[in-house]
Parts: sequence; structure tokens; C-alpha cells
Amino acid sequence: MSEFLQQIVNGLSLGSIYALIALGYTMVYGILKLINFAHGEVFMMGAYAGYYSATWLGVERYESQGTGFPLWLALGVLVFSMLSAALLGTLIEALAYRPVRSAPRLTPLITAIGVSLFLQNGAMLLFSPNPRRYPAILSEVRFELGGVIVTNIKLAIFAVAMLLMLGLHVLVQKTWTGRAMRALSMNADAARLMGIDVNATIRATFAIGSALAAAGGILFGLDQITINPLMGVLTGLKAFVAAVLGGIGNIPGALIGGVLIGLAEQLTAGYLSPDYRDAITFVILIVMLLLKPEGLLGVVRQEKV
Amino acid sequence: MLLQLDRVDKIFGGLHAVRGVSVQVQKGEIFGLIGPNGAGKTTLFNVITGVYRPDGGRVLFNGQDISGHSPAKIAAGGIGRTFQNIRLFRSMTAEQNVMVAGHRLHGAGVLSTVLRTARQASCEQALRQRAYELLEALGLAAQAGDIAGSLPYGSQRRLEIARALMLSPQLLLLDEPAAGMNSHEARELETQIRWLRDQLGVTVVLVEHNMSVVMSVCERIHVVDHGETIANGSPAVIKADPKVLAAYLGQDTAEAG
Amino acid sequence: MSPEAPAPAAPPPAAPPLGPAPRMPRWGLRVLGAIVLIVAIQLGRLGLEAALIEYAQRILLLAGINVILAVSLNLINGTTGQFSIGHAGFMAIGAYGAAFLGVHMAPALQVLFGPGMLSDAITFNLALILGALLAGLSGFCVGLPSLRLRGDYLAIVTLGFGEIIRIVFNNATFLGSATGYFGDSPAGLPTYTNLFWVYVWVAIVIVVIWNLTFSQTGRSLSAIREDEIAAEAMATPTTRLKVLAFSLSAAGAGIAGGLFAHMQSGIRPEDFKFDKSIDMIVMIIVGGLGSVSGAALGGIFVAVSLELMRDLHEYRLVLYALLLIVIMLVRPEGILGSRELPQLLASRFVRLGRGGQGGARGARS
Repeated sequence: MSEFLQQIVNGLSLGSIYALIALGYTMVYGILKLINFAHGEVFMMGAYAGYYSATWLGVERYESQGTGFPLWLALGVLVFSMLSAALLGTLIEALAYRPVRSAPRLTPLITAIGVSLFLQNGAMLLFSPNPRRYPAILSEVRFELGGVIVTNIKLAIFAVAMLLMLGLHVLVQKTWTGRAMRALSMNADAARLMGIDVNATIRATFAIGSALAAAGGILFGLDQITINPLMGVLTGLKAFVAAVLGGIGNIPGALIGGVLIGLAEQLTAGYLSPDYRDAITFVILIVMLLLKPEGLLGVVRQEKV
Repeated sequence: MLLQLDRVDKIFGGLHAVRGVSVQVQKGEIFGLIGPNGAGKTTLFNVITGVYRPDGGRVLFNGQDISGHSPAKIAAGGIGRTFQNIRLFRSMTAEQNVMVAGHRLHGAGVLSTVLRTARQASCEQALRQRAYELLEALGLAAQAGDIAGSLPYGSQRRLEIARALMLSPQLLLLDEPAAGMNSHEARELETQIRWLRDQLGVTVVLVEHNMSVVMSVCERIHVVDHGETIANGSPAVIKADPKVLAAYLGQDTAEAG
Repeated sequence: MSPEAPAPAAPPPAAPPLGPAPRMPRWGLRVLGAIVLIVAIQLGRLGLEAALIEYAQRILLLAGINVILAVSLNLINGTTGQFSIGHAGFMAIGAYGAAFLGVHMAPALQVLFGPGMLSDAITFNLALILGALLAGLSGFCVGLPSLRLRGDYLAIVTLGFGEIIRIVFNNATFLGSATGYFGDSPAGLPTYTNLFWVYVWVAIVIVVIWNLTFSQTGRSLSAIREDEIAAEAMATPTTRLKVLAFSLSAAGAGIAGGLFAHMQSGIRPEDFKFDKSIDMIVMIIVGGLGSVSGAALGGIFVAVSLELMRDLHEYRLVLYALLLIVIMLVRPEGILGSRELPQLLASRFVRLGRGGQGGARGARS
């Protein structure tokens, strides 16, 4: 039983990370109907931003001393990464996506693939393709609760993810930006006619989604201990599947999808075989697209004829 | 009776777009379907042509139930259509646009195509010939090699009709063919619609907002509003019907007469 | 159905002003033409093998294989407008299929035809065809359920499928798993591939796809790309045609895979990573999505640039990525757009002769 609970705990924390990334995919798709292939790379960049900023702030000193990195410095690293990722996201949008916004659907798709590849391979050149050990921005403390090992890192993942998603919820429901985002995703033309600054809203969407992904990146690094320039590829794909599973364009859906994928992955790894942990996500994707392409919480969109 | 809609319903999410509509179109008629914007006219076209599946009721063509059949099957069965927002194959030439619709009647198989057999050559010849004839009949012969997207608006509308005719349909559904036309073009359209029925034997159902075209060319008219039938009859009857006036002009105006 | 011939408003002219009816060459002439072509390719091959160093020959081989890949992918992505980004998977199936079957059929065929060039040729081509059939069948199986999905979703599914195939080959012990498949003999796979066979198959694939593209079928595929709903309303069997195009393009990638496999002593799943699918996309984007000759040009471009960048191979992908982005921003239609080289050259020629003609004329199809 404790084995099962352990998998659940691990799955939930992994799923929270997927959810954070999935939110970025789903928000951008909701507004632009674009799969932001580069989002996985923003996640990766966020992780590296955390790595470099923590290193710059001298995290090794704290590691060798055995004490934890001070909380306020850890938060500083988090904020820094989120801000840099937000900047990266808006830069990508402005340079690569905005110019082709009105082009036939294929063009932005190819552009997105191009940006994704560019960042992946650029990162390999800049940061070297070798995996790096993630600094202990939070030093690990283990608890055991009824046979289940829980670390403070896992708790931090839940906490951070929950807080950020709560913040997002407030933003989307209560602020003008959020309202604008929702309006744009429902009817772009009407939103424009109502005086909504489309460009600013889109920029904000990319910024927020990227910031969340960066947070996910740092949490991922803490959880998985190593990072590498290609980490965004598989994780990004899984997060995308999570967004599709929940219903692409649907924010609560991204949360549910993320958690479900995380759980499915952990349970498969634990009970079937670790070799299949990546495959299960593809299987879920294919099943979803064949049976219910609009996702669990999604709505079937009738194309106007 | 060529086409029959039997208490057709169509619901989108919460919106009851079409509610229990029954229509009968006789063979050889020029039939009008009118109503204010959002009344459900194009939805009805989409239900007839299989783009939407009816949520209630049936569509019968030549006595056969075609409800929910695929659009390609329905088109192959003899129903052609044009679209409210012109759906031409924009980067292809006018001639190519029309030839596409000939796939079923004159298309050669894949093997013949790849091997470029004589049979395929004669199929291509037949396709080209018939497409040209249709283009000419609609006054587009000179534009046959022009890119469809570059044609003037009126020509594009006529091209859509030519393309639909390539199916050799028994029934042709025209969705706002007079939209954006001036009165001269509208008169020409009326002549073409009559020609379609008189020369080609095609039954025409017309969704249209241009009342002078409707009243001039349609023999029977069916009026819908908010998804429901509100009147049915000859142009004279419809013109005088207070419910129709109310639907278009508002209750007060209708009462004022 | 009661089709009635339309009575035109005015009497039709003697012939449609689009040129006289094409006269189809009789079969004898065609066979003669094919023989001439084959002889020409063989002569060309002998000449090039004598004149060029191995390195240059290798580039020519890769260019030919790329042309087959690009022209095949263009059928589904360009002409039909259904975006597949996992075609490396089909190439892998063709490669492994041809390699495996070739190795296992060789002994039996050698008994039948005696060891030597004839049985090699038969083994090779039979293996290629069977590999292509396997690839085409996989294309059918993947395409049938997926092609009803919206564009971006189809892209993701094909990407996923390409990866799944690679994972399968990575774990298939009878095919060598990650180490790769080298056949039975210690020397590795027989290197049947040479300039002759590559370019014979290039000719075959181009002829097949060209004939298909410039026909009623091709027109219907283009209609699907332009407006699928309208195409359906014109009685086009969209699902059947999409699956057909997808399967054919998969088979083409399979031929390329089989040729690739027998160019070197073995194949590994690594050879068919997502990078390969990206290479294919770059080929058709650079050349012009929708143009057969454009795809061919793009294939040659990628082969040449790959070799030129061999020393900079870690920069290769960054540069390709930049290339994709820049092309999309600056000239999304690539080199040729959707036009074909023969028509382009012909119209330039005609224009030179006539002193210029304007008008929005379309490509003859």
C-alpha cells in the first residue's frame, strides 16, 4: 500500500510540474490556435536560468556548509528565472510569431518548430550538451509518513505549483488582463472591436505562460537533480499531451491533464516497467485524439461553414 | 417531391438553431428560403448537404433518407451547392476549380493516372471539355486560366455555380448568390437561375436576402425566423403575410401595415 | 441521377483555347524512352564514378535519396496540405524492411539465378519494393485514424508515431536494437546502392508522383488542401484520397530508406531520429511547398549543405532552424513556391521570345 501511495506522491509532484508547463501551451493555443513548440525550450531555459543564477549567488558555498540556501535567495532565483523566461517568451512572440500571425496555419507551425530547434541546439552550443547537476537551491530533507518517503522538495513543488496556479486563477478571473485573455480566446474579432489591446494581451499571455514554465523548470531540476539542453523536448511533449488531455485552451483542464499524466507515468514506471514511462504518454495522446480530441473539459468546436 | 425536410432540428450547444422545420421542394421548382439574419437558413443548407447531422427529423431526397450522410456522398447523389462565404479553391485556376467537381463522373483510377493510359487521357479530355462548356455557359470562358482568387467578386460567385453544376446535380442549393451584386448583376443572376431550371432541368433552392431577386425568380417561398417556419407560399402570399413583415421589419411596423 | 448535357448560351468554339488534346505516346515509344533513360543513367553513372572522388559520389547518392524523400513528403504535406512531421519513421521501416528481407531472400534468389549481378539486382529491388510496401502499409495504418484530425493535431500524432517507431527499432533485438542492423555477414549489409539504382528510382518516383500530381487526382488533392469542406461538397472522396496520398508518401520514404540502408554496412535507429524528419521538412520548405521540382531542388540543397557543414555539424541544426524561421518570415513560399521548374523555364523562354506577357495565369494542371 505504501508503495502505491509513494507512486501517487511522486506522480502528483511530477504532475504539478507538467501542469505548470501545460498552462503555457493551453493559454497560447486558446488565443492564437498555435501549438507553441518552443514552450518546452522556455521551460528548459528557465531551469538553466535557475542554475546559473543560483551558481552566481554562491549556492555551492551553502551546499558545502551543509546548510540550506537561504529562502530569500531561493525565492530570488525563482523570480529571476520566471522574469527571464517571461522576457524570452515575449521576445519569441514578437520576433517569430507576430509577423506570421495572419499567415495560413502551416506557416506559424513551421516557425514554431524552427524556434524550438533553434533554442535546443543553441542551448547545446551555449551550455554544452552534457547534463549538469542541479544546485541545491533547496537542500533536501526527507520525511517518512507511514512508509511513504516525502521530501521537502516534493512539498515545495506542490506549494509553489498550487500558489502559482491560484495566482493565475485570480489573474484570469479578476483582472482586466485576464478578462482580455478570456475574451480573445472566445472571439478575437469581437475582442478587438471592444477595444482590447490584442498585442499587449498576447504578449502578456506568452509572458505568464513562460514564467510558469520556468518555475516548472526549477522545480523539475530540484526533483530530477540533473538538467540538460534537451530536457524540454520530452517533458514539453508530455506537458502538451496533458494540455490536450484536459482540453486545449482550457485552463483548469491543463491542471487536471498535468496531474493525470504525472500519475499515469509514475504508476506505469512503478508497476509496468520504467522503459514504458515515456510511451504511456504517447498512448494516452493517441487514444485521446481518436476518442475525444476536444479533451476531458474541452468543447467540440463546430467550424462555421 | 425531390427534397423533403421532415421536422428537422439542429442544436448547437445551447442554441436551438433549427426547430421542427418541414419543407417540401418539388422537382423543377425554383424555391426560395428566406428569413432575417441568424434565422437558420444556412444551417438548413448544411443539414441538407450533410455538413451537419440533424438532431431531430429527417432529410429525404428522391424519397431516400439522406440524414447524416457524408457531404461527399450527398453531393455524389445529386445535390450541389454554393457557399455563403464563397469557398473556391483560391490558388487554383477557374478551370481547375470546376474540374475538381468532376472527379466522380470522369475520374480515372490511380493506376491509370500513374501510368498515363489512353483511358486517363480521354477522361482528362472529357473533364476539360465539360468544364469549359460550363464556364462558357456562365460567361467565364475567358477567365478559365485565371487564378480563382484573383477574379472579381461577381465572377467568383458565378464560378462557384459552374463548379457545382459539374456534379450534374438534380438539386442546386444557392446560398446568397446575389450578395454584393448591383442591380444589373442581380438581373443577370435571375436570368441564369431561370436558365439553370429551364435548360438544365436543375431544381434550385435559393437562400437570399435580395428581395427583388427572390420575388422575381422564386415560385414558392419558405420563411424561417429564429429557426422556425413562419410562412410558406407563393411570392404574393408571402409579401402580404404580416408575420413575415414582423420578422423582417419589427412588430410595430407590421402592425402599422 | 439524370445528367443532362448543358446547352451553352453561345455555340462553343472549335476547340477550347487551352491547347489541343494531348496525344498520348503509344506504349512502344514509352518503353523505348525508358530504355534510353536507363542507358543514359548507367552511362552517367559510369562517367561520374570514373571522374569523381568517392566523397563527391556519396553526395550525389545522398542527393538522390533526398530527392525521393522530398518529393514523397511533398505529396502529402505540400499538395494535399496535411502536415506530417514524422516521416523519418516510414523511412526507417523501409530501411529495416529492405535490409532484413534482402538478407533473408538473398540465399534463395541466388539459388534461383546463380550468384552474381543478376540475383543481386533482383534481390535488391525486390527488397526495396517490399520495404516500401511495408512503409506504405504503416502509412495506411497511421493515416486512416489520424487524417481526420485538425492540422496541428495531425502534426503531433505523426511526430509521436515517428518517435514510437524509433523506440520500437531501438528495442527490437532481432534487428540489432540500438547497435544497429548489419545483416548476417561480418562485412555488414551488402552495398547494393550505387548511382545507377538511386537515380533509376529517382526517375520512377518522380514520374509516379508527377503523373499523380498533374491529374484529376492531384487536382482533388490540391482541392483538399485549399478547402476540404468545399472539396467534400463537390463529391471529392477526401478521406480516401488523403489516406492514399499519405500511404504513397510513406512508401516513397520507404524506398529512400531502403536505398539508404544499402549505402553503408548497417543502419541504426539513430539514423532515423526526429532530426531526419526535420531535414525532410527543410527540403520541401526551401524548395517550395507544393512544387514537385521544388522538392527535388530542396532535397539536393539539403544533401549538399549537409556535406558542406560536415565540419560544423553541431551548428548544422541551429543553422537549419534559423533557415526555417527566416524562410517563414521572409519568403514562406520557398524557391519555387507552388510553381514547377519546367513551366517556369518555359514561360521565361516564351517571354524572352515575345517580349513579355502579363496576367494571372495559373500553372497547367
